[in-house]
Amino acid sequence: MTLPVPEPVPEPEPVPEPESVPEPGTGVRGLSGKPVSELTVDAMLAGEVDAADLRIHPDTLERQAVVAERHGNPQLAGNLRRAAELTALPDEEVLAIYEALRPGRTTPDGLRELAASLTGRGLPLCAALVAEAAEVYARRGLAGR
Amino acid sequence: MNPVGRIRFMDQQRVNLDGFAAEDPDLGLAALRSPHDPEPSLVVTDGRVTELDGTPEAAFDSIDTYIARHGLDPAVAAEVMALPEVGFARMLVDPAVPRAEIIRLSAGATPAKLARVLAQLRPPELGMAMTKLRARRTPSNQAHVTNRLDDPLLLAADSATAAAFGFREIETTVPVLGDAPSNAVACLIGAVAAAQGVLIQCSVEEALELELGMRGLTSYAETVSLYGTEQVFTDGDDTPWSKAFLSSAYASRGMKMRVSSGAGAEVLMAGAERKSMLYLEARCVALARAIGAQGVQNGGIDGASVAAAVPGGLRELMAENVMVMMRNLESCSGNDALMSESDMRRTSRTLPIVLAGSDFVFSGFGSIQRYDNMFGPSNFNAEDIDDFLAMQRDWGIDGGLRTVTPDRIGELRREAAQACRAVYGYLGLADFTDEQVERAIDAAGSKDLGETDTLAVLSAAHAIRQRGLTVVDIVTALDECGFPELAERTVEFVQARLTGDYLQTSAIFDEQLNVLSLVTDPNDYAGPGTGYEPTPDRQREIDEIRQARGVEDLRESQARFAAPALFTAKGPARPGTDPRDVVIGVSPAVGRDVWRCLSGLAVAEVLREILAGLEEEGCAGRIVRFNDTVDLGRIGLAAARLSGSGIGVGLQGKGTALIHRRDLAPLANLELYSVAPTITPELYRLLGANAARHAKGATPDPARNPYSDEAIEARYHTTVIALMELERRRVDPATGPEELVLS
Repeated sequence: MTLPVPEPVPEPEPVPEPESVPEPGTGVRGLSGKPVSELTVDAMLAGEVDAADLRIHPDTLERQAVVAERHGNPQLAGNLRRAAELTALPDEEVLAIYEALRPGRTTPDGLRELAASLTGRGLPLCAALVAEAAEVYARRGLAGR
Repeated sequence: MNPVGRIRFMDQQRVNLDGFAAEDPDLGLAALRSPHDPEPSLVVTDGRVTELDGTPEAAFDSIDTYIARHGLDPAVAAEVMALPEVGFARMLVDPAVPRAEIIRLSAGATPAKLARVLAQLRPPELGMAMTKLRARRTPSNQAHVTNRLDDPLLLAADSATAAAFGFREIETTVPVLGDAPSNAVACLIGAVAAAQGVLIQCSVEEALELELGMRGLTSYAETVSLYGTEQVFTDGDDTPWSKAFLSSAYASRGMKMRVSSGAGAEVLMAGAERKSMLYLEARCVALARAIGAQGVQNGGIDGASVAAAVPGGLRELMAENVMVMMRNLESCSGNDALMSESDMRRTSRTLPIVLAGSDFVFSGFGSIQRYDNMFGPSNFNAEDIDDFLAMQRDWGIDGGLRTVTPDRIGELRREAAQACRAVYGYLGLADFTDEQVERAIDAAGSKDLGETDTLAVLSAAHAIRQRGLTVVDIVTALDECGFPELAERTVEFVQARLTGDYLQTSAIFDEQLNVLSLVTDPNDYAGPGTGYEPTPDRQREIDEIRQARGVEDLRESQARFAAPALFTAKGPARPGTDPRDVVIGVSPAVGRDVWRCLSGLAVAEVLREILAGLEEEGCAGRIVRFNDTVDLGRIGLAAARLSGSGIGVGLQGKGTALIHRRDLAPLANLELYSVAPTITPELYRLLGANAARHAKGATPDPARNPYSDEAIEARYHTTVIALMELERRRVDPATGPEELVLS
């Protein structure tokens, strides 16, 4: 079986100028877009904080990926960029993809379909990981039947 | 043949409860090298790895494949693979070669190459390499906080205790899976009561662990296991791709994550494929870097005692940690499983890492008692916290812990248990009584709790999960229940986590919520005079253990036994003329600042015994205090010269005593009772009787100092120094000897 090998780790882009890491509560936003500075005790008491406000924003993960790259760990950067994509998915779906990647769970075709769907939904890095799994699992007998 | 007594005696020592395995590479029972380990090799064709450690691409297993495609930097591969192993090994310990250069080169080294290089290092060289190569400048430590009952009040109190002692990560787990959400909440509340910025982990199965993290109840994970052979990896129900995805899943929810590996796991599953432990671990560490984890918990972990059972095993465990550092990852350095029944062996396993300093010296110091550790006993536990604090102080190094006053521990445990009770009550999770709170505050472990309702814990945990409670509910409850500071601290922590800075390598928060990591606190060790040094404040925390005593402490403790009316001063002492007169000379502070000997006997009681011994043999004792010297030989000789008999007794306030004769040199006494802490009333009486026999020209009954196998000097030397200082301060050469009468 010959599948094109996905580009494993994105080529490091030209490193931009260092951004100053903001103080807690300044400039950083939760997944919902709410500024972290608005996550106060009073706001919580008033019921104005929900789960999406407490979740990390993909831009934050991208910024951390840049920092990781600059500190000699492109693989950590790659991981944080996959994570940035996954912020778009609900918890159950994240866990379902994890389950699908465990040994013997999913056929190579099933994994390829999953990869295609992730690509279609704007998660190309996660899609590449799943597509590569499809290829290797088939060769190493790790796929489901 | 029955072995001789010496061997039978040795057989009984605790070290012989440990299992020791004959080296057997076929079973994977080889620490640093197996004849079946591959020769290091790396072939890169058009930027693609086509051979890895002797295996051609077509034969790559899943681990090889992941490492080959994602884990190696082809740009430096040729350079590093061409380095002689011993040459690379020397670079690791050479302070002139910067950490960054090692990191750059290691990125292109294959697993077999790094294993061969690290096998070159002797133990002190591993220590040097660790000091130089760990990612974070400031060392730190992690605690286990668990108990047999999952009792939330005790978890909160113990979590506060761990945070107070300085642990920056707290890992809990459960004997009953369903209790997990409750444990997470209790540890969160307890930690925040004692210190800001402590990371919390609840180690359970992945889905639940992720769920707790998503709700903000926990803040890191480390039980994402990697293995060194494909078979064992698959038996563990994962693949490198599923683990890579899981790593991203944790990061996508803003959770710090490290993977877990370490020697012995493959051996225990009969899947080592005849390879050495270090080589298999080298594959795990390469894979950890390849999947994008920021750090690795290794150094044996559950298999630590397997490594410890083979020759060179402890060296292998430490080499694993250094390898993680070479891959530019956070090292959480094991020491979290009791690897021996012998206190000496387990200390020997841990000490080199404590001295070298790691990102986390322990990946779980058991901050609770051994029996309460639901991970199994750690290599160090609550039983050993004072030992560890003393070790830090002895060597003047920072192992991450600090002394806390007993009062402070009590206050923090109270605040934690009360806050936990209030939150559980406010959220309708469970109702606890005052008595339960008091017991949890005072408990040294769950056996001190009395009757508890374990079903109440399960039902609280169930409610937390079913109602989808999040950190927002905890904050609300804390604030509404009169713990606004804890609520505020929790919110600040949530905000700080959302900046994502703590997702970087080796990140912890300090107590001001600054992130210390590879990025913000990089290790800059480059030889003596460089690298991490505790600040003066931190050094004081390390040095000022609660057992340290000074002269004023001793003065106060002596003053508690003061009984000034016991002695009546009768004016200047005169020379005696009666041949039965024996003077008992005492040191300057007796009856003024010193009242109790090292043996615990009152000085007055000691004097009464000596007087009684003299009387039994027909002599009469006189007590004289000499003010011009603290030296016992001089006191005894001066006493002898005042005695009508020419025989004198000398007694220092600490209890050391001797018999002297007027014509001898100061140091040439007749009998010396030197080990003051062990001298009994009977021996003092015998001393009196023997002094009388010397006076009469009769034959004394030689006294034998009692034998002891205790570390007498360790116990008493600091007290001796302080007692002698009290004596010295009373020295007044202008005041002659005074006669005292004991009432």
